[in-house]
Amino acid sequence: MDLRGWARPMIFAVAWVIALFLLLPGLVTIPVAFNDSRFIALPQGAWSPRHFETLFTSAPWLSSIADSLGVALASTVLAVCLGTACAVGLWRVRPWLAGLVGAIMLAPMIFPPIVSALALYRAWVAIGLYDTWAGVVLAHTILAIPYVIIAVTTSLSMLDARLEQAARSLGATPLRTMIDVILPNIRTGVATAAVFAFIVSWDEIVVTMFVSSRAVYTLPRRMWDGIRESVDPTVAAVAVVLMALTALGVLAAIVVSLRRPARNP
Amino acid sequence: MAKRPLSGEPYVGFLLPAALLVCGLFLIPIGQLVALSFGGLDAPTLRWYEQVAATDSIHRILLTTFRIVGLTTVIAVVLGYAVAYAMAHMGERQRLALLLCVLVPFWLSVLVRALAWLILLRNNGIVNEALLGSGLIAAPLPLVRNELGVVIGMVHYLVPYAVFPIFATMRGLDGRLMMAARSVGASPFRTFIDIYLPLTLPALFGAGLLVFVFGLGFFVTPAILGGGRVVMLSEYVSISVLQTLRWGLAAALSVVLLVATLALIAIVSRVTGVRRMLGAS
Repeated sequence: MDLRGWARPMIFAVAWVIALFLLLPGLVTIPVAFNDSRFIALPQGAWSPRHFETLFTSAPWLSSIADSLGVALASTVLAVCLGTACAVGLWRVRPWLAGLVGAIMLAPMIFPPIVSALALYRAWVAIGLYDTWAGVVLAHTILAIPYVIIAVTTSLSMLDARLEQAARSLGATPLRTMIDVILPNIRTGVATAAVFAFIVSWDEIVVTMFVSSRAVYTLPRRMWDGIRESVDPTVAAVAVVLMALTALGVLAAIVVSLRRPARNP
Repeated sequence: MAKRPLSGEPYVGFLLPAALLVCGLFLIPIGQLVALSFGGLDAPTLRWYEQVAATDSIHRILLTTFRIVGLTTVIAVVLGYAVAYAMAHMGERQRLALLLCVLVPFWLSVLVRALAWLILLRNNGIVNEALLGSGLIAAPLPLVRNELGVVIGMVHYLVPYAVFPIFATMRGLDGRLMMAARSVGASPFRTFIDIYLPLTLPALFGAGLLVFVFGLGFFVTPAILGGGRVVMLSEYVSISVLQTLRWGLAAALSVVLLVATLALIAIVSRVTGVRRMLGAS
């Protein structure tokens, strides 16, 4: 729209103020992370990397990083395999069936986390998955599948359905068609899906708190403890590391999307 | 994989593994939770729902939750609309820079964001220290461990969720409609009110509903920034289970939360089509 005079720069200025309100607060964790104190506080002169040393040398923090990485990698592989197959299925089956199954598959994303947490806690205790590695991986897989399906479905919607028909009419089985024709064409969508799934698992806290207690202690769980007790400044060091990784990831994603021909904004 | 496809639906097999997992290990447990809220299948009872309906402290929790989420939604959607509008009308470079500022916090861990606001807003936090140091205030302002802190933290979390669907709609608008209005003499303000706003209102409403649904289930942000003094529904459910061991009550409250969520999602999907909203965000 065509706004002239004062209105246009003013709206842009307002937008920038809001954007800075979104971006800047995270940065306050930096001075706290480099503070030479046993408490969460701002540095009084002396800066020190000791909280980063704690993060990367203490056994509890290292084991939490390992737990989070392991769980996230395993649930990403599972969610991407199951979710991609499901998305391709949804793309090809009759509309009513796709609608029904699609709605069911989105449930873990839509349901409030605390509701999923209570339900899974009881079920995991009942079938012996509570506080096991497999239990946490399965819970995260279920929570990540909807994101995988959405990412792959988006990719499939840009694929010409006649490719699949051509392969099938030449005698390929659905599995062969999937491997040789469909997958190569949606690999960007599958890669996006894997990133989503990894982040869902890596960040998950509410369900994790309910389905695990000691055997699996993920990084968000340890951060939660550190923030709630408000005594462990190592969480600020974690925050700085996560922020740097997030910023790098977003920059990389923007660069990649600029290099590809623009399809969607 | 079977050589001979199921009659007309050769791809059904692709759905099965994921569908079985989600049905067996998610929907059935949810169903069991619902059954528990009715006292189990052996001795059905409505006593937990009666307790929800009759207990003042639960009413206060529900009221607090809806008040905070309502306020948060309105603020987040208004701010999101402004950012989306600017993004839709900027030059490419400036748009990318703004997008970066929205995307980084969007992807940032919820715990990191809550920690940052805690550091900023607590009594000996940066905001209060700065205000005290400048002599503007004599005693620290209560900015956190109250509803204000929760609202700030939740707005900060939810603004990006409002920006993306609204921006997608604004990009898809036909600019000639606004040019036509201007060419027949409408002022820019009038064009905005009569043409642009009505065209983007469904997206605004849809984004608002999504943000509201999302906020309703919030757990981490209110638990950290409310500091035990502002308890929203999700945290109360967790307390009912972990501290007071009232599973029936927790299950009934879960069902209330779930039904509210699903009802709102049903409205969203009628307004905009849920697939498009989810795909756009």
